[in-house]
Amino acid sequence: MALIELKNLTYHYPLTNSPALQDLDLEVQEGEFLAIVGANGAGKSTLCYTISGFIPHFFKGELAGSVSVAGIDPTKAGLGEFVQKVGLVFQNPFNQISGSKFTVYEEIAFGLENLGIDPAEMRERVDEIIRLTRIEDLKDRSPYALSGGQQQRVALASILVMRPQILVLDEPTSQLDPIGSQEVFQVIKDMALQGMTIIMAEHKVEWVAEFADRILALSAGQAIKLGTPREVLGSPELPEHGIGISRYTQVARKALQAGLWPEKRSMPVTLDECVQGFQEIIA
Amino acid sequence: MNIEIKELVFAYPNGVLALEGVTVGIPTGSLVAIVGQNGAGKTTLVKHLNGLLRPTSGLVQIGDWDTRQRSVAELANRIGFIFQNPDDQLFCRTVKEEVQFGPRSLGFENDRIETLVEAALELTELHEKASQNPYDLSPAWRKMVALASILAMDTPIVVMDEPTTGQDAVSIERISRIVQSLHGSGKTVIAITHDIDFCAENFERMIVMRQGMVVLDGPIQEVVAEREMLASTYVEQPQITRLAKRLGFSTIVYKPDDFIRVLHDS
Ligand SMILES: Nc1ncnc2c1ncn2[C@@H]1O[C@H](COP(=O)(O)OP(=O)(O)OP(=O)(O)O)[C@@H](O)[C@H]1O
Ligand SMILES: Nc1ncnc2c1ncn2[C@@H]1O[C@H](COP(=O)(O)OP(=O)(O)OP(=O)(O)O)[C@@H](O)[C@H]1O
Ligand SMILES: [Mg+2]
Ligand SMILES: [Mg+2]
Repeated sequence: MALIELKNLTYHYPLTNSPALQDLDLEVQEGEFLAIVGANGAGKSTLCYTISGFIPHFFKGELAGSVSVAGIDPTKAGLGEFVQKVGLVFQNPFNQISGSKFTVYEEIAFGLENLGIDPAEMRERVDEIIRLTRIEDLKDRSPYALSGGQQQRVALASILVMRPQILVLDEPTSQLDPIGSQEVFQVIKDMALQGMTIIMAEHKVEWVAEFADRILALSAGQAIKLGTPREVLGSPELPEHGIGISRYTQVARKALQAGLWPEKRSMPVTLDECVQGFQEIIA
Repeated sequence: MNIEIKELVFAYPNGVLALEGVTVGIPTGSLVAIVGQNGAGKTTLVKHLNGLLRPTSGLVQIGDWDTRQRSVAELANRIGFIFQNPDDQLFCRTVKEEVQFGPRSLGFENDRIETLVEAALELTELHEKASQNPYDLSPAWRKMVALASILAMDTPIVVMDEPTTGQDAVSIERISRIVQSLHGSGKTVIAITHDIDFCAENFERMIVMRQGMVVLDGPIQEVVAEREMLASTYVEQPQITRLAKRLGFSTIVYKPDDFIRVLHDS
């Protein structure tokens, strides 16, 4: 059985008429890195909330179909059972800070403290994550006296340190500098390779194309494509659904129209694929 | 209206030295993007323009005003400011009231307020949502509301802190149109952004910051060529520039159409 299984999932937020997710079927295997792309309002965050138990425990509303996450049925289990297995990094890092801690270090240790982890192990894990997310300089600072991107790194670190079986990330690099975003993608990819299951909502398709195993494209709450990065991001109907394509795909499309892209080649989604296509043309 | 920043140094109360002597001049009508690594001091720098922060030492002048001698309320006549987190600046019950709030507090006449609010709602495509509560809108649309409320103040200078974060392709195009429209009407537009492709395609000048200092400042085509300097502050070259380089182009390109033109000519 897959680690995450959604069958015929339809969800309405309270007091709303149109569903935020509709007839969704999805299976995610252990250790897989699945990215979710979609226009604003497509349902990316709603799906993140469903997989992490915030729907139906925090957002009430109406959930139909079946959901199974690491063997948990959210309609039967409480949010407490999710916390042990699933970590959610919120879209807005400004919402993730606990508000109860004086330093970044304490903020990151907070979750482990609550689990009653042994202090020596706790220090080791916190130090490791602080290094991985490159916030060594900030550890004695107040979590509020930080730049936007620094706050996002702290929010990410405070969840990574928990080593959840399933890590759900809602646009985790939105405030990060370009090379920093790439580093975070690499850190997360490494965790997937070690067996962590990753679900990530993301607009930065050029990085999703490099790092994700599969991509789910959502539009108005429905799955419109599910497959490898090339199958999904190279598909011609994406822009109709308001989903961004990388400059690599954009430029190859323009080139194709101008007769400057090899006809037999599919649309590139990464820099390497794009280079290969144009090298054929130049040669 | 010209901006002059001279030898600006700023330390936060906890002792963090965020700006270590920044000197930049931004003439009327400029289209400037500020880029650089997290914590470089971008937000701190622009918060000096609207008086939210005051220099520890050095000078910030907006036209003939020295910001040390002006209140935040006065500076709001000259500088419109869209925050990195839109939730920091929304507090009215409806989108329309939110957009009216700025021009009202500047004491504009009713006719002018009406015209400005209409134009702002039009540009941001918020007409249909005018009677909704901003907090019922998605974060992406809340950013549009923040933008509309600043456009309606008709300031000669507009500052946007990370306007494209979390925005989808359609919204980013809308923001591009807004930037071009402001530029077309002669205003100064200053945007902080990590989206280097958006920056290269929509702006004329780029200021690159690292650790409280300006390390590069010039026309886009010159700055995007500086791969190593950009990397030292965690910024990458635009996707098109990287592609052209891999293919061995001798000219620097950063827009898809220019790439196609150079490819065609070669
Ligand atoms: N708390 C809520 N109550 C009612 N409707 C909501 C709520 N949150 C989201 N929605 C609606 O559900 C739909 C899906 O929203 P969701 O936030 O999941 O989209 P998203 O893909 O994450 O968008 P974005 O790119 O803007 O983050 C939208 O129509 C949105 O307006
Ligand atoms: N309220 C504050 N109190 C103390 N230090 C702060 C505060 N806000 C920011 N800083 C620090 O000042 C420096 C500059 O921060 P600033 O917010 O200007 O960076 P930025 O370039 O906008 O970064 P980002 O891209 O992450 O938004 C950073 O080291 C940051 O930690
Ligand atoms: Mg979302
Ligand atoms: Mg900032």
